[in-house]
Amino acid sequence: MSLKREDLLKIYRMMLLSRTTEERMVEYHKHTPLTELPHSGIGQEAVAIGTVYDLRKEDLILPSLRTRGAFLAKGISSRTMMSGAFAKVTGAARGKNTSHHMGDIRAGVIAGTGVVAGHLPVGLGIALAAKLQKKDYIAVVYFGDGASNRGDVHESMNMAAVMKLGIVFVCENNGYAISTPASFHSSVPDLAIRAQGYGMPGVIVDGNDVLAVYEAAQTAYDRAREGEGPTFIECKTYRWRGHSERDPRDLRSADEIEAWKTKCPIKRLKDYLLQDKLADEKTLNEIQCEVTAEVDDAIAFAESSPYPPAEEALLHVYAEGGIKDE
Amino acid sequence: MNKTLREAVRDALAEEMRRDPRVFLLGEDIGAYGGTLQATSGLWGEFGGDRVIDTPLSEVAITGAAIGAAMMGMRPVLEIMFSDFIPLALDQILNNAAKMCYSYDGEMSVPMVLRAPFGGGMRSGMHHCQNLEALFAHIPGIKVVMPTTPEDAKGLMLSSIRDPNPVIFLEHKMLYGIRGDIPEVEYTTPIGKAAIRKEGGDISIVACGAMVPKSLKAADELAKSGIDAEVVDLRSIRPLDKETIVQSVRKTNRLLIVHEACKTGGIGGEIAAIVAAEAIDALDAPIERVTAPDTPVPFSPTLEDYFIPQAWQITERAKNMFGKKYL
Repeated sequence: MSLKREDLLKIYRMMLLSRTTEERMVEYHKHTPLTELPHSGIGQEAVAIGTVYDLRKEDLILPSLRTRGAFLAKGISSRTMMSGAFAKVTGAARGKNTSHHMGDIRAGVIAGTGVVAGHLPVGLGIALAAKLQKKDYIAVVYFGDGASNRGDVHESMNMAAVMKLGIVFVCENNGYAISTPASFHSSVPDLAIRAQGYGMPGVIVDGNDVLAVYEAAQTAYDRAREGEGPTFIECKTYRWRGHSERDPRDLRSADEIEAWKTKCPIKRLKDYLLQDKLADEKTLNEIQCEVTAEVDDAIAFAESSPYPPAEEALLHVYAEGGIKDE
Repeated sequence: MNKTLREAVRDALAEEMRRDPRVFLLGEDIGAYGGTLQATSGLWGEFGGDRVIDTPLSEVAITGAAIGAAMMGMRPVLEIMFSDFIPLALDQILNNAAKMCYSYDGEMSVPMVLRAPFGGGMRSGMHHCQNLEALFAHIPGIKVVMPTTPEDAKGLMLSSIRDPNPVIFLEHKMLYGIRGDIPEVEYTTPIGKAAIRKEGGDISIVACGAMVPKSLKAADELAKSGIDAEVVDLRSIRPLDKETIVQSVRKTNRLLIVHEACKTGGIGGEIAAIVAAEAIDALDAPIERVTAPDTPVPFSPTLEDYFIPQAWQITERAKNMFGKKYL
């Protein structure tokens, strides 16, 4: 579908919500350390929102550490997300899981792990199930340039292509694996060319242009739904902050960071909306106010929520209905 | 019906696939080829390539694929060619399969079975013969079963497929050919329940896998010396059937644990700790273990036979536990 004004405003709102959520987590963490150490994807919002917007409810996403917006855009509430970072009972799995790796089956979010790219093989299984069930829901998996060098990515891309599975590989190339520049960890500047070796399309997009990301995603999703197999989308982007808020020494130059900040994906969409007279400053300010109020509410909710009762740590290691363990 | 253990596994898979359209198999060379050790032979012909899926050599990808498919309502049964290769996919098992239920606070589960042949005796060397059950049993969220009879192989496979949790189903290579009667009526064997293979009053020999028939042989020898041994087949490594183990020890007052896995960190240590905590007052002798030594599985027949615990060693160790009169 082509995007209308309302779509663009929704996309703008989702990107702002992701940005504001993470900025507030970072800010909060400075004075009162959050239980969950923030690993923000600030600066990369266009990747998550451009790919999740227009996904169907029954489609499944397998987010990475930097796709905070994907959780929110797929339907996880700000309150749940924020409570997760605060490790409260109202957060992920009643405090058992972090917000970074949370799952929500109603929203179509598959829980991830602390092993980058470790969720890609699970995405294969989701797409395989769709194929066996003769349904057209798809799996969208996210991973960074650093994770792209893990064997899981190789195995997953090969198997997805050979079985023509309905899965889309979204690589968020932000140029760094913690401190290691992409030029140190990969022998090619464009990771998308690896797709050719697996027999699938490899697309490079400006990862700070949400509309370009959206277009590339739609093409890939159509292919996936029609049984034509996977696509690899490399989104070139940049992480504004360190790997985490405990990153002891950001080795990147201030000039480099500042240069990328001028390419802010949210500002870019805002400029487009204003220039094409799709929205005026007043409308966009109202959206910002709404988003700020939503995040304020989420923080207040998280702060006032209790921690889970300690003995709940023992619950749900095994699913019920089987034979009880121990 | 008299069947081999291998046929029992295959029958269970076929019956469950006929009964439940969600069940499918995936693995390397399991299709037309029938599996490296022929446990799936004939199934591809009956069910076709959509339900008996040959995969690339990608243990990580296929294990993750089984997990994801299970989460979407399917009932995958994954074959890993040898249990020695399971560690390739250990991240998938440990960080995805085992934790998914907890990650979702019980709203999601991973009803998958990972089956793999294991164990020594085929002169296949150190990378094809290991007993890694304790490694897997250490993981909360995983169940581990080791059938030793055709009847249990079928019954435990049916229970494993129907269980909502991930089950690692270990098939000892040296037991594939053993024969036994299988009930004609539909039945399942519960996970987490040990079996008393021979009742006795003097000593409890608690064993698993290929050590069960060897322990039974040892029990026959012990009977010649007037020692009435009870042989407990664990069947499930996790959950362990503590109740049956402790009850048996309370009856016999002696515990000898036998496993083919290396000694250090083996499941025997866990069993010994349970009995020490719950029935130490019943013990008339220190708890003993007969296990493989802490080495890789060697290749040459003289070396491998020395590595794998033999029936005579079980007999000797059991006799020792009664003092000098039986030596």
